[in-house]
Amino acid sequence: MSAMSKNDMDAARASRADVMKIWDIPGGIHPAERKELSNRTPIQPAPLPKRLVLPLNQHIGAPAEPLVAVGERVLKGQLIAAANGFVSVPVHAPTSGTVSFIGPRPYPHVSGMLAPAIVIDSDGLEQWCPLTPCPDYRQLEHSSLLQLIRQAGISGLGGAGFPTAVKLNARPTQKIHTLVINGTECEPYITADDLLMRERASELISGIDVLVQLIQPDQVLIGVEDNKPQAIAALQAALRERSYQLRVFPTKYPSGGEKQLIQILTGVEVPSGGLPADIGILCQNVGTCVAIHDAVILGKPLISRITSLTGEALARPMNVEALLGTPVGELLEFAGLDRSRLNRLIMGGPMMGFTLPDFDVPLIKTSNCLLAATAAELPPPPPAMPCIRCGECAEACPASLLPQQLHFFAIGQEHEQLKAHNLFDCIECGACAYVCPSSIPLVQYYRAAKGEIRDLEQKQLKAEQSKQRFELRQERLRRAEEQKEAERQARAERAARAKAAQTQAPAAASGDAPTTKPAGLSDQQKKLKIEASMAQVALKKAEKQLAAHATPELQAQVDELRSAAAAAQQALDTAMAANPPAPAATPAADDGALKKAKIDAAMLRAQLRKLEKLEAPSAEQQGELQQLRSQLQAAEKLLASLEAQVPAAPTKAADAQAVDPLKKAKIELAMQRAELKKAEKAGSDEATLSRLREALAQAELALHRAEEASNKPAPELLRNDKKPIDETTRALKTEAAFARADLRKLERDENAAAEALEQARSRLTEAERQLTQHQSP
Amino acid sequence: MSLVLIAVLALLALCLVCGAILGFAAVRFKVEGNPIAEQINALLPQTQCGQCGYPGCKPYAEAIAGGDKINKCPPGGEATIQALADLLDVEAEPLDAVEGEKPQMVAYIREAECIGCTKCIQACPVDAILGAAKQMHTVIVSECTGCDLCVEPCPVDCIDMIEVGSTVQSWKWDKPLAPGQLIASDREQVA
Repeated sequence: MSAMSKNDMDAARASRADVMKIWDIPGGIHPAERKELSNRTPIQPAPLPKRLVLPLNQHIGAPAEPLVAVGERVLKGQLIAAANGFVSVPVHAPTSGTVSFIGPRPYPHVSGMLAPAIVIDSDGLEQWCPLTPCPDYRQLEHSSLLQLIRQAGISGLGGAGFPTAVKLNARPTQKIHTLVINGTECEPYITADDLLMRERASELISGIDVLVQLIQPDQVLIGVEDNKPQAIAALQAALRERSYQLRVFPTKYPSGGEKQLIQILTGVEVPSGGLPADIGILCQNVGTCVAIHDAVILGKPLISRITSLTGEALARPMNVEALLGTPVGELLEFAGLDRSRLNRLIMGGPMMGFTLPDFDVPLIKTSNCLLAATAAELPPPPPAMPCIRCGECAEACPASLLPQQLHFFAIGQEHEQLKAHNLFDCIECGACAYVCPSSIPLVQYYRAAKGEIRDLEQKQLKAEQSKQRFELRQERLRRAEEQKEAERQARAERAARAKAAQTQAPAAASGDAPTTKPAGLSDQQKKLKIEASMAQVALKKAEKQLAAHATPELQAQVDELRSAAAAAQQALDTAMAANPPAPAATPAADDGALKKAKIDAAMLRAQLRKLEKLEAPSAEQQGELQQLRSQLQAAEKLLASLEAQVPAAPTKAADAQAVDPLKKAKIELAMQRAELKKAEKAGSDEATLSRLREALAQAELALHRAEEASNKPAPELLRNDKKPIDETTRALKTEAAFARADLRKLERDENAAAEALEQARSRLTEAERQLTQHQSP
Repeated sequence: MSLVLIAVLALLALCLVCGAILGFAAVRFKVEGNPIAEQINALLPQTQCGQCGYPGCKPYAEAIAGGDKINKCPPGGEATIQALADLLDVEAEPLDAVEGEKPQMVAYIREAECIGCTKCIQACPVDAILGAAKQMHTVIVSECTGCDLCVEPCPVDCIDMIEVGSTVQSWKWDKPLAPGQLIASDREQVA
């Protein structure tokens, strides 16, 4: 029964295989396969090397960032370098040991340059770090499953080494309907994938299950060339009930190229310059699928790979499962390398591989084959001859390009033409160079031209970026400059405005000054009046001081001042009586006259109040009080009459203006004083000086008036000497002071000679005598 | 006689009409800026280094458009001279620079010695130096054009110009020897 059903299933599968259409690709070649060299023995474990070199960049993209320090002990499977950016892949320790070096180390690259790597000295214990297997991955979310693959450090194991997680991170806009599993391995000599499919078929299918879970495709196509019958049988056995389609197609190089395989299996061409994802197809290598199985089901990161050791220089060609980072020299020794027969050591296949510079380079994630070829096996290429335009290359090209044209354009550096002829669709398979009768290294031309174009584009990009940055910077500087200029202007404007306001204030004050002048008075009268008011003011201030500090000197001074004030007032009265001022009757003068009257009245009132405040008024003060009262009455009468003339007098404005005139008057006074001092210093003639003095006196008067009018308390100023001092007095006083100082000094000095003391004393008496003599008349 | 007159008048009318059309076109379809200078500027490497004697690539492009020599750009080197010669259809001249063509350089600040004076930041034409007053400065390598302009203002001479070495990623294939250019032993082998 069970045998029956199995037969039925086989029949069904066979019939399905019949209807499975296989397409063909253009071009292609059939080089000697030489796969039998290495595919006859099972996969061997490679011996554990003493030292492992792990380059940080075993993939396409940004190099990983080391996470360990020199001297640190690491366990097998431990993360030692983290992915640096999105298109990057982490690196894990392939065995337990100690980190002995981090820095430039030999790297499998055609340039033979060193590249940064982490070196681990193995301790032989093979001690694993804790793993987190995840057999029930179907419960996981899409992103965490993808993260598992990303964390395991898996990049494409077929040869290009593109980060698998990035490839699987499909764009949400494009549904992947077909998953293509690449088991083609079309290049001669290489049998790593063949052996992997034979021995790890179940793991492979399990890895495909994970991928199917991840991307949910409509169909899964497994493509295998018909030169691997054992692998095909193993896969068929492992597939069992799964709906994945195993498609077998004739051997031809390069059907293993991603785009070529897609064309063979689906008949659809990947558009020029596009990706398979653009047409809803995703392609993964069989080795990558096994690595995904290990990572998800077993929790093991990618730390080893299967590599073909082949070539006629090896005694025991085989496939080994070797730890990443194993120096190729050790692997080749394991396979029995005969160094005398070795001519070229190639990493990769004979068509697309590259010559290794030495035996120290490590095995990396993309190394699928080490070909130790003898001279007879891979003879050095004959020297290139000129192109004879036979067109063989165009027939061999699997991408339907025109290799011959590209070759000429590459020589002529015609980059535009190269791009127009789709140079970048060239997969560098080497089929054109293989068929070229002139042995022209065509692929090298294309690689050089691609490098040149990429380099130029890079430069162009950088130039564009620099230009943009430069222009933005210029713009920024210009803006900053403009702003600074605007600020400077605003500042200057502000300063100018402030200055104008300042000059306006004195101008207004000087403009006001004439109005404060009593109108209709003759110069003589004016002078007298000023003198009288000055005397009055001086008297008042002295009286105030007297009230505060009653001393005999002050009392004498007050008396003196009082008599001077009375004299001045008398002189003024007689002058006024002789020539009465013209009545300020003109309407234009009304305002000023009114103000004046008001001020006068206010002044008188204030004087009166001050005198009234005195507790014990003397007889003179009593008389003065009487006089003031009568003056006040007269002033009030005048004010009333003036107010009657100007019915709507702006009485309020007077209050508001009261403070301002005070300030103006003060300024005026200071200016006048400065002017006078300047004139004195300059030694101007007496007429000018007297004029200036008069102006000063007037300003002082105006100030006093303003003070009175503003109803502010008069400044509490302590004046000691009202009289101006003449030069002689000053000199005498100075002399006396010096003499006094000398005497005091001598008196303090105990050792001072009595003679000197006496001399100083006589000097002081003389000085004092002279001073009193000078002041007495 | 009248025939001649008619012919003259007809030609005159034609001239006037054409002149009017040309005049209108000159005003209506006036091109802003100098298109040649723009094209030249696109070919220059935009390092803004001023080694040509002009304050930046654009002024030099305008000067070339105005008739200056095309061989004054050391960062661009022979490739730029050739491209300019092709564009302007003039003879390519050897580079006019004392040290000749220099490899691509990048500025590097020895950070331990930097005193944070910001002078280099002000000198950098592409804002590729990061830092603040009394803070250590550093060069954003990806933005540095290697123009040298930051080296001179540094009061403590802590800026080095380092050659941008080829890495595994930036390495590119050389073009093979052109076919036919064979050395003697190869000729014998072929023959």
